[in-house]
Amino acid sequence: MKPLPLAVAPTQAVSALLWGFWHWALAWWRTVQWGAALGVLALSPSSYARPTRLAATRHIYLDTAPILLGFTLLCALLTLVITHIVVSTASSYGLSLLALEVVIRVLVLELIPLVSALFVALRCTIPHGASVAAMRRRGRWAELQASGADPLLVEALPRMLSGLFATITLAMLSCVVAAALVYLSVYGFSVAGEAPFARVFGRIFTGPVALIFALKTLGFALAVAVIPVASGLLSPVARSRRATAQVGREAAALLGLVRLFAVLLLLELASLAGNYY
Amino acid sequence: MNAPNTPPPSNESALDEERLPPHLVRRARWLMLTSLAMLLAVTCYLLYARGAFENTQTLILTTDDSEGVGVGMDLTFSGFAIGRVRRVALAEDGSVRISVDVPRKDAHWLRQSSVFTLVRGLVGGTAIRAFTGVLTDPPLPHGAVRPVLRGDATAELPRVVTAARETLENMAALTARDGPLAASLRQVQQTTERLNAPNGALGVLMGNDADARKVVTTIDSSRRVMAQATALLRRLDALAQNADTQVFGQEGLVKDARAISAALVHTLTATQSSLRQLDVVLGHAQAVGGQAREASVDLNRLRNEVEASLRRADGLMAELQRKWPFAANPEIQLP
Repeated sequence: MKPLPLAVAPTQAVSALLWGFWHWALAWWRTVQWGAALGVLALSPSSYARPTRLAATRHIYLDTAPILLGFTLLCALLTLVITHIVVSTASSYGLSLLALEVVIRVLVLELIPLVSALFVALRCTIPHGASVAAMRRRGRWAELQASGADPLLVEALPRMLSGLFATITLAMLSCVVAAALVYLSVYGFSVAGEAPFARVFGRIFTGPVALIFALKTLGFALAVAVIPVASGLLSPVARSRRATAQVGREAAALLGLVRLFAVLLLLELASLAGNYY
Repeated sequence: MNAPNTPPPSNESALDEERLPPHLVRRARWLMLTSLAMLLAVTCYLLYARGAFENTQTLILTTDDSEGVGVGMDLTFSGFAIGRVRRVALAEDGSVRISVDVPRKDAHWLRQSSVFTLVRGLVGGTAIRAFTGVLTDPPLPHGAVRPVLRGDATAELPRVVTAARETLENMAALTARDGPLAASLRQVQQTTERLNAPNGALGVLMGNDADARKVVTTIDSSRRVMAQATALLRRLDALAQNADTQVFGQEGLVKDARAISAALVHTLTATQSSLRQLDVVLGHAQAVGGQAREASVDLNRLRNEVEASLRRADGLMAELQRKWPFAANPEIQLP
């Protein structure tokens, strides 16, 4: 192999670095642009024509219903295990009064929304992003545009709404089931603990905490719903120079997953800072 | 991987949405409605848990330090939560005002004479407690302002830690290898060994064997002295018996003393009569003495007259001496 001249190698490295950064920033920017476009479409009543409504209904049901029971059971199992561990440990230290608050804070406030978002992302929205990318690659997008239909409205928006709905529904149902199981673990099958449980629940969910919880869950749902689909909508040139030649479902899914995890991490850090600082 | 021109599968096509089965649409709508209902129910429960539907009255607690007090904290009465802190704020005078929402249904536990405390424990959060001694007092009105008594268990912690450290240091010093406790135990052990030695407790008390032997010797000597004293006492007893016979016997000294005392009484009676006679004689002598005193008064007068005559003669002799130039010593000698 012929060695490069010493004066040329650093220049190429810097240009490659700048090129990579430029495409990374461009990809993020276009993801934000596509996400904003999807958000505007979602908030526009004119977007909900019959094809869009039917597609959204179909995706909402097919994305949410099959995973609802399994994920709820998974969360119930996780809740039972964590509740038992925390309650037993707290009781052994004589701190059983704090166990309920700890379990609710850990499970309902922090863990379950994040797990729900990740589960919906892996199960629904990442594949949606990949399918959108595949449709664009196969020319389905151009066919729809040629037939007079807006592919954003009939393909992308329903998938985004489906991810949004699935994340919120799973998080909410799992939180309800977790709270019920925590109550049963602590008080048993009795209504005697309803008042103290409600008091602890109310003490935890103060106004700011409830607002942060709602915003966090909505942010998770938006991130999970928008980022994979927006990543699938990016043009092949904008994704990466290395992936220009052959971009498949796996590459789009991976890129969407990385961006999604980054945003989820930022949202979780922001919520933690808001709750505890 | 699919080729770029491969037609999409039917489940990805929006055109197929027009042919959605009715039961799918129905289920999807039920799912959305259920989700919406659950969201509303969760929101309502959260509002209920936050006490949004309760009719409350306000209680203002004032203190000088709100450390550990937070919004949402419970006000407890006998361990039951009867109120919730709604707001914590600084007053104009720098004190802290803690606004507590007390539900009307629990407000009857708070009376005019109720006392409120703010306690910080070693473990767990700060607790606000209410104590009502007389439940027949008038109820606490809405917006009542009450001081809260503050107790801080952690404030005593440094002092307790310092005392505990001093105690431990003292214990360590006491139980050190060369400490007083170990030395005492060694001495106890030595004492025990000496107690088990032949001289036993006597050796422990006297400190050495020589003194212990002296004590034993002294005890033996004492025993001999006691025997001699016993014999002496026997002899003294016999002597006392003899003395009793000599003194109180038929021919004893008591009988003789009685006779002597009778003779002495007779002698004293005779002496008394002799003294009466002597008293009479002395009366006569006193009368003679009076007469002699009168005679001595006359003698004094005579003496005075003689002294006057002599003074006149002396004056005369002095005149003569003055007039007689050859006189040597004009002196008159009184008899």
